[in-house]
Amino acid sequence: MRLEPRAHTSMAMTILVPVGAAALALMSCSVLILWAGASPFLALTLLVKGSLGSVFALSETLTRTIPLIFTGLAAAVAFRAKLWNIGAEGQFYLGACAATWLGTGAIDLPPPLLIPLLFAAGAIAGGLWLLGPTLLKTRLAVDEVVTTLLLNFVVLLFVNWLVFGPWKDPMAMGWPQAEPVVDAALLPPLVAKTRLHGGLLIAVFAAVLFWVVMKYTTWGYEIRAVGNNQAGATFAGIPIDRVVIRTALLSGGIAGCAGVSELLGVKGYLTLDLSPGFGYSGIVVAMLAGLHPLGVLLSALFIAALSIGADSMSRALNISNYIADIATAISLLAVLAGMMLTRYRIRFR
Amino acid sequence: MGEATPLLSLRGITKRFGALVANDDIDLDLQRGEMLALLGENGAGKTTLMNILFGHYTADEGSIEIDGAPLPPGSPKAALGAGLGMVHQHFTLADNMSVVDNIMVGVEPLTRFRRNTAAAVAKIRALAERYEMDVSPYSLVKHLSVGQRQRVEILKALYRHTRILILDEPTAVLTPQESDHLFATLRLLVDQGLAIIFITHKLREVMAASDRCLVLRHGKVVFACRTATTSSEQLARRMVGGELPEVRRIAATPGDPLLELGGLSAENDHGYQLLDHLDLTVNAGEIVGIAGVSGNGQSQLADLVSGMIADFSGTFMLAGAPIEKPSPRQMVRRGVGRIPEDRTATGLIGDMTVLENLALESYWKRGFNRLGFLAAVPLRQRTAELLGRFDIRCAGADAPVRTMSGGNMQKLILARVLAERPILIVANQPTWGLDVGATAFVHQRLIEASREGAGVLLISEDLDELFAIADTIQVMYQGTLSPPIDPARTNAAEIGLAMSGQRDISQAMISARD
Repeated sequence: MRLEPRAHTSMAMTILVPVGAAALALMSCSVLILWAGASPFLALTLLVKGSLGSVFALSETLTRTIPLIFTGLAAAVAFRAKLWNIGAEGQFYLGACAATWLGTGAIDLPPPLLIPLLFAAGAIAGGLWLLGPTLLKTRLAVDEVVTTLLLNFVVLLFVNWLVFGPWKDPMAMGWPQAEPVVDAALLPPLVAKTRLHGGLLIAVFAAVLFWVVMKYTTWGYEIRAVGNNQAGATFAGIPIDRVVIRTALLSGGIAGCAGVSELLGVKGYLTLDLSPGFGYSGIVVAMLAGLHPLGVLLSALFIAALSIGADSMSRALNISNYIADIATAISLLAVLAGMMLTRYRIRFR
Repeated sequence: MGEATPLLSLRGITKRFGALVANDDIDLDLQRGEMLALLGENGAGKTTLMNILFGHYTADEGSIEIDGAPLPPGSPKAALGAGLGMVHQHFTLADNMSVVDNIMVGVEPLTRFRRNTAAAVAKIRALAERYEMDVSPYSLVKHLSVGQRQRVEILKALYRHTRILILDEPTAVLTPQESDHLFATLRLLVDQGLAIIFITHKLREVMAASDRCLVLRHGKVVFACRTATTSSEQLARRMVGGELPEVRRIAATPGDPLLELGGLSAENDHGYQLLDHLDLTVNAGEIVGIAGVSGNGQSQLADLVSGMIADFSGTFMLAGAPIEKPSPRQMVRRGVGRIPEDRTATGLIGDMTVLENLALESYWKRGFNRLGFLAAVPLRQRTAELLGRFDIRCAGADAPVRTMSGGNMQKLILARVLAERPILIVANQPTWGLDVGATAFVHQRLIEASREGAGVLLISEDLDELFAIADTIQVMYQGTLSPPIDPARTNAAEIGLAMSGQRDISQAMISARD
């Protein structure tokens, strides 16, 4: 068996790979479900029903999609420039912190002004947080995978200190959480009696915006050039460091927005469980999307449906909802293998 | 022929990649004691054929026999075991290891804990003596010259009982004198009964050294004959498949100095002196050729003028104005057109489109950048115009450049450079790996640009190229440049002496003739 490069990659292949990866992931989960003593067919039916089968299920899935779009974009734009930002989780929480700081009564503005202001604050906080590791990378060649990853824990400990200490809400009956944001800062619900909120519109708008930036602007052009061939971009006179720093601000900024959106749209107050790892899931979302901003919309929906559906399935069948995590992991592995197949073909002798 | 069983015999080798037929029904016979030259332009199928021979690819059709015994396809191990050996163009030696370590690696039994170095050294010494190669088994490879390294590669093959030695473009990195030395060594090997195939496109070497030659074109054998019965003109026509493209020389009328380097020195990050008090002047309207064995500072000279080296001492003047902190963008702004040595690694961005690559050095200019957006219509118009003007063959403006051939990639870079109407062009190995047609195209465009008033700094390891188009030649050796030499009043041997550091002798020979 050997690999031979393909002359060109067909469009069908590009679409087939992620879809095939998703199918493969669900199929391999069937084996685990069978092992756990349930019927895979029933389980998968419940999974689909639980994620897309009713207005409520769909609204839950879409609510979960929102932060994944933001963090997926964060990974997608950074990875395009070969800036390996693994720190979206930390940037998420810092975004939420910034919004909590300004949104719990410090500023009194009507919603149309306050909400954009809080998003901006969150974006600045997230962006600046990624700036440090990026400067270490451009100035001293420090590996950003290590620094961004480790800074996540710094942020989590910082938030821990905030919600147990200075920001602890005295009205929360001892729970470690910050004061709730003011009513004017809350994102309005999109569908009555569900948790689905206006953050979805912002997330979709952000995805379209990122797509336009990457495809049609000189910024996007520079980011792609630097990511594809740094030596070539340097020779052509593209200011590499400036482009990487700009990318970091975009990536960290949009990850910060994820935190703001969850804070203002779902929880209303800062806690340590604001994110069940959205920052890390964003990496999977971006890879499944082939780092395409519009693809992020679909892959975020897929990952969200998988986790919401698995929750509901596990409750009904009494099997672990870790099945969803396994499916996510397998789909990522399948996509990575599949991406290679779009560029190479396997030959058997 | 056909008297004895050939040592190597290929029959009807065919290999397809999709619609492309890389090798089409190739027959090849090689006798003991024979030196065969394998010729062909880029993409003619030479590399594919060698890959099949060594088992890296499996042929779709055809068979290989060594000494009458069939060679199992697709097995590199079987190929090596049957006595095939290869000397690659880019050496496969570990710099930080000694000659003996490099030769022994891979042939020692895995199950033995201690190495029998003494026996290996004795064997290497014996081989080196027998074939008159001056290589000491204990020297570190990094201390060896390029020619010596190549001899280590040959020794490595001989150590493994190679009966058929294949050399891929063996003279690309050598001075003319070193090449002569190499062919003398190869002749000794052949006299001992080895069979040798060397891949090349330098016709002079084919005529001088080979017994027979085989010309590939579009995957087919288009010509095979005894070398004595042919001429380099005939071989060239067979390679190209028609008449040779002609490069029109136009007399140079040098104008004002455009590039002036005075006492210029630069070091690399490790403090190693790469440019050593170098003086150079390139005038408007002339092509200054820089000859030299690779690694004597030519890349650094090109990098400096391209704006890639910011730290240097000495004076660097462009069109009369000093340059203090050069950067690539600044050099582009000041009208320097840059053709880099490695088109895929630094010249182009493979996964981006033809349009995007053509815009790499101008996307930020007014007209192409509208409030941060790339101006689609002007860029498309310009791309279409350049594709036509420079005859760039590609699947369209939106095709990724990595799918293009080397010649078309180079045309694209040339188009990008010349479209900006540069005052100075620095071209580092601009025709490396190109076929005859593309080479002639590049040469013609460089000549035209210079006759329209641009200064051209042409860095090349190919002396034929320098003699063909340079108006004056300077030889680079260990970071310094010789005085300008008129190509009409010298020859390859004299330049070769200067390339190997014997600058005084070469100068004396040139002035003695006057």
